[in-house]
Amino acid sequence: MSTIFGIPPQALFGQLLLGLINGSFYALLSLGLAVIFGMLNVINFAHGALYMLGAFVAWLLLTTAGIGYWWALLLAPLVVGAFGVVLEKTLLSRLYKLDHLYGLLLTFGLALIVEGAFRHFYGVSGQPYPIPDLLRGGQNLGFMFLPNYRGWVVVASLVVCLATWYAIERTKLGAYLRAATENPVLVQAFGINVPLMITATYGFGVALAGLAGVLAAPIYQVSPLMGSNLIIVVFAVVVIGGMGSILGAVLTGYGLGLLEGLTKVFYPEASNIVVFVIMAVVLLIKPAGLFGRER
Amino acid sequence: MATEIDAVRRDTAAPATGRPAMPGLLALAALLLVLIAAPYVLYPVFVMKVLCFALFACAFNLLIGFAGLLSFGHAAFFGGAAYITAHTVKVWGLPPELGILLGTAFSATLGLAFGALAIRRQGIYFAMITLALSQMVFFMALQLKFTGGEDGIQAVPRGHLFGMIDLGQPMAMYYTVLAVFLFGFVVIWRTVHSPFGQVLKAIRENEPRAISLGYRTDHYKLMAFVLSAALAGLAGGTKAIVFQLATLTDVQWQMSGAVVLMTLLGGIGTLFGPVVGAALVVTLENYLAASNLPVPVVIGVIFVACVLLFRRGIVGEIAARFSGKRP
Repeated sequence: MSTIFGIPPQALFGQLLLGLINGSFYALLSLGLAVIFGMLNVINFAHGALYMLGAFVAWLLLTTAGIGYWWALLLAPLVVGAFGVVLEKTLLSRLYKLDHLYGLLLTFGLALIVEGAFRHFYGVSGQPYPIPDLLRGGQNLGFMFLPNYRGWVVVASLVVCLATWYAIERTKLGAYLRAATENPVLVQAFGINVPLMITATYGFGVALAGLAGVLAAPIYQVSPLMGSNLIIVVFAVVVIGGMGSILGAVLTGYGLGLLEGLTKVFYPEASNIVVFVIMAVVLLIKPAGLFGRER
Repeated sequence: MATEIDAVRRDTAAPATGRPAMPGLLALAALLLVLIAAPYVLYPVFVMKVLCFALFACAFNLLIGFAGLLSFGHAAFFGGAAYITAHTVKVWGLPPELGILLGTAFSATLGLAFGALAIRRQGIYFAMITLALSQMVFFMALQLKFTGGEDGIQAVPRGHLFGMIDLGQPMAMYYTVLAVFLFGFVVIWRTVHSPFGQVLKAIRENEPRAISLGYRTDHYKLMAFVLSAALAGLAGGTKAIVFQLATLTDVQWQMSGAVVLMTLLGGIGTLFGPVVGAALVVTLENYLAASNLPVPVVIGVIFVACVLLFRRGIVGEIAARFSGKRP
């Protein structure tokens, strides 16, 4: 086993792992987008900015208060989620009666503000964030070397995605949520507080983005620009997966991450655009997306 | 989609009669006089920048304001044409008018491909698809050989228009840009007031009904998309000649956001709104660049304020006030 398709296995598996890690972030972010879209009918353009905010909160906790990674993993999503709740209560809730496009435009403006503010104060050069002590080093799997932290990111994102899927598809609360997506007025008539549910959903969705930000901090540089290019790939993931299903968002996220990794091995020039090419092909064959319902 | 966005547009859109209305013609005459005199009062390069972006915003508005399609990827047409024009003029040595024409043709072709894909979905999906497709153009501009990567294409010669008029002269360049702008503006004016424009408005108001009346709405939407892309390309190509460069800034998705803001600020669905919006945003950016305030934050705040407080935009609010409707 010296080469696979003419590629040394080390390089192939290395890129596949990188793809899987990118896929973990695509999945976490598109999952949050799907949850928010299902409930609010808003495409949250600020998702990338909130992911960046999560990473920055973790970095600020470490540098200003000495609070480490594990507490940040809990605190940063809470901070980002709370920020999201404030945004929803004060701004987004004013737009529900209007065309959904206004939600997109409002969150676009919010993304500009958040990113612009961090850029103003911290510049465009990234800040390093150390890997927590517990997850330093790596495992030699025989065919490749797996850094512990990267393995942890993949496992953590899988667990979060599965838990969210379970909560929405298999629990009573999730059933209320899905019912409110279909017919909010009727669900409200049953005595369920729908506005509260909408706020909580937005808070949860952006908290997922914040969590992804903390997970990303030790791998990528913590920089104000880290969200703005990622968000467009995630949009493409969402179009490919179709907005109908949570599962679609998650599976497409991992799948496209892996595909991107493979492209990097065999034809690196196309790795940046392969997701968009796939999107074009899927739109030609199945306009509603792979897992979406036509409506 | 009988939501408020439609109601807002209906109030402020150009009159539904076949001919342009009197106040519109008067406003056009006033605009023309201002633009002819402008370079004697203001810095000509600044006014040319405004004109290029005004044409870009008008082209974008043709789609959102009159066909109800929010494209978030218009930077691809603007920037793509800028690259093609810059390359053909600088490397192939073509005269500027031919370079701009090729840039426009490129954008129209690109618009046909992107439009054909994007009109398969509606609303926010349409916006996301156009955004994703335009990001593809961005990465190509970053990676292809002829685009010069991070540096872009610099020092593009302005050349001689029709082999006679030296565009190195600021006033010659200015009036050329003004002519291009007016051409684009009149095309949009005529489109909006043509039977074709009426069908677009019908699609914007109620697409299922337009379909039931027998219109092949996809066909109309695609034609509007191509026209809008071509005019955005005309603006981009002209910009490349004026500033003698094409860079990644032109194809970045932030540029698509900027043109949305210009249109929203001036007034979606009004003919003059995008011109006013472009002038304001360009002025603001020039002014802020010298100050200590972070530009994106200010732009973002304006964006949020527009969406929350005055969705009709400046020209839309004025038009609504004049026609005696409640503000």
